[in-house]
Amino acid sequence: MTTTADVPVGGQYSLLETEDEKELAATLRGLLTKRAEWQQVLARTEEESSTDLELWKQIAGELGLAGLAVPEELGGAGASWREVAVVMTELGRATAPVPYFGSAVLATAALLHAGDKKLISEIASGEKTATLAVPFSAGPGKPFTPTVTVSEGRLTGSIPVVADALAADVLVVPAADGLYAVASADATVAPAVSLDMTRQLADITLDGAQGTSLGGDAVGAVHHALLIGAAMLSSEMYGVAQNALDTAVAYMKQRYQFGRLIGSYQGLKHRMADVSVSVSQLQAAAKYAAATAGENDPDLPVATAVAKAHASVTAPKAAEECLQMHGGQGMTWENPSHVMLKRAKADSIGMGRADAHRTWLGELIELSA
Amino acid sequence: MAVDQNADRATQAAQLAEEVREFLAAHDPATTEPLEFLRARYDAGLAWVNYPEGYGGKGLDRSLQADVSDAFAKAGAPDNKAGMNAIGLGMAAPTLLAFASEEDAKRLLRPLWTGENIWCQMFSEPGAGSDLAGLGTSAVKQENGDWLINGQKVWTSLAHHAEYALLVTRSDPDAVKHRGMTYFWVKMDTPGIDVRPLRQITGEAEFNEIFLDDVVIPDNQRLGEVGQGWAVAQTTLMNERVAIGGKVARRGEGAIGEAVRTWESSEQRDPALRDALLSNWVEAEALRIAQIRLGQSLAVGAPGPEGSAVKLGLTSLTQRLTGLELEIQGDDGLRYDNYDMRRPDLDKRWSRIPGFRYLRWRGLSIEGGTSEIMRNIISERVLGLPPEPRIDKDVPWKDLPR
Repeated sequence: MTTTADVPVGGQYSLLETEDEKELAATLRGLLTKRAEWQQVLARTEEESSTDLELWKQIAGELGLAGLAVPEELGGAGASWREVAVVMTELGRATAPVPYFGSAVLATAALLHAGDKKLISEIASGEKTATLAVPFSAGPGKPFTPTVTVSEGRLTGSIPVVADALAADVLVVPAADGLYAVASADATVAPAVSLDMTRQLADITLDGAQGTSLGGDAVGAVHHALLIGAAMLSSEMYGVAQNALDTAVAYMKQRYQFGRLIGSYQGLKHRMADVSVSVSQLQAAAKYAAATAGENDPDLPVATAVAKAHASVTAPKAAEECLQMHGGQGMTWENPSHVMLKRAKADSIGMGRADAHRTWLGELIELSA
Repeated sequence: MAVDQNADRATQAAQLAEEVREFLAAHDPATTEPLEFLRARYDAGLAWVNYPEGYGGKGLDRSLQADVSDAFAKAGAPDNKAGMNAIGLGMAAPTLLAFASEEDAKRLLRPLWTGENIWCQMFSEPGAGSDLAGLGTSAVKQENGDWLINGQKVWTSLAHHAEYALLVTRSDPDAVKHRGMTYFWVKMDTPGIDVRPLRQITGEAEFNEIFLDDVVIPDNQRLGEVGQGWAVAQTTLMNERVAIGGKVARRGEGAIGEAVRTWESSEQRDPALRDALLSNWVEAEALRIAQIRLGQSLAVGAPGPEGSAVKLGLTSLTQRLTGLELEIQGDDGLRYDNYDMRRPDLDKRWSRIPGFRYLRWRGLSIEGGTSEIMRNIISERVLGLPPEPRIDKDVPWKDLPR
């Protein structure tokens, strides 16, 4: 007879969307279709504030999605990272300019690990927006070393390319003796011109800034946050990749050249088939990583390394192919391809590059050097 | 005790398990002669439980079979040469069940399942591989009702072991190509069938070419109506894809497992090769998870063209991995074990050296539908892109350029 032990790793979870997840995705997608159509997203990148704070208020406050992974007793929705991944997929599909990743993923994961109770409930309710002050490029595969020093409760140091810092009220700063909360107003948050215009990065400088100690093990909390972050970013990248594939295919069904729909040319169809195969693998791998995160399964590191390494190759490829299928139009500002390409490429570096995740995976599966 | 076909799945599974226990008690695998055991198992309806009663089954859901197979394997039951008779079990059996007369199906399926009769399929021809409906082996109806067959088949696995074959022919050259085909089953010792080994790039002769010279087949060996051979062939081919996409490996098993073993035993490791190997490990694992997801999605819905994505993914991954294995081997990758012409043991292919696998697995992207055909299926039936323009659709087969 079949026993649980006979189920191949991965088969212990449903890798399909549950009814609740479908409903969550549909609700959010409905909002994003109205409020974050790609032309609106593009227009936002040229406004003074690159974050859509009104949309963020709706997502975090009205829909209550900022606290999905936070237990109810801490003021959250008491769902799990699996549901957060559903949100990330939809935000990725729309390349939405909201600080969900920094606040509801990175800062939340770090604070949950550190055992904070006050700040996390303010973040979960949408009352405050936070981010974790680490470079977006940091990944879970390498030990994290705090660069910020503390002297008599005052923090000094600098952290480059921090995601979602521009919209944050509070910076969660890792220092040698634990995490600190620093009001953004007390730090220098300098906007960077970011490759991904829809997730603007900032360079943070702390010059004796006043910090409130949140305690916790900073290195452990950051590692946990980067692990969860890499898993969740893989779901976002699946959303970007799927949108790139859908956009390319839709265009290929209406664009004629040489008297034929370009989608009827085998040379192009086959490239889309290859993208489709990779994207369907990414969808499954990201879902599995989300499921292990949701259950705090010991397989989370391997699942995440696989998902992120795959995503970092697949999502840029899907977006690059989307651009190419649009021909000359793909190179223009008025075409959606570049919005997806910029998000996909930046995400491929965010939370650790593909090669870093592969190297880490090699350690996890104990492959000889 | 019989399995109640109207009971829920869990009850059926429990009843089935009880029947297997009773069967094993009555037929001790350690003391029963293997063939007698297999025949008795077939007669008890415990061969393939999704088949109808009287045909080795019980008319139950296909998913219940895995438990039965496991229980027999654990009890040390004799096997039915499944590796050798893959075409018989995977493709000939469902085709016979669907199209043969009741009498023929009952007579042919039992020795097929027990492994007494190996089957092969005479489909491809030198001029018709992926374009199967282009085939030209002629079938001409005689005055006495028999059919006279002439032509050549090729790439036919197992024909040298087979007692029986499935055969697709051209019965009406004036019809358009998909309409003028007729499908038969045939005994391989019928006069006029000449099986010749076809030596391959590995040195082995796993395939054959077959010459059909005035072969006489009685009309009662026809499967499906005259001119409807394409529809019958679709049944066979759909079952082929199910067989290829079938079982989900365990993590780290299969081609990636072989490559990792080669890596661990190599003395010429370097970081670039290690990263390449890890890149393939990532893809193998993502593909495996995608297969699990597909299985879950098929369990709640109808089978669709998505299996083509699994075949395409597995094919390219496996080919890349065996190429990498040769590089990992370094100096040893330059050596090959034996190019002598011989008939292979199909069950032992996985224990062959990487060089053999590198060469043999080049065929993965050709057999069972080329990767190009898989990409057409994915782009047209998954993504909904426009079909390839067809210039052969409304033209009589005899007028097609070839």
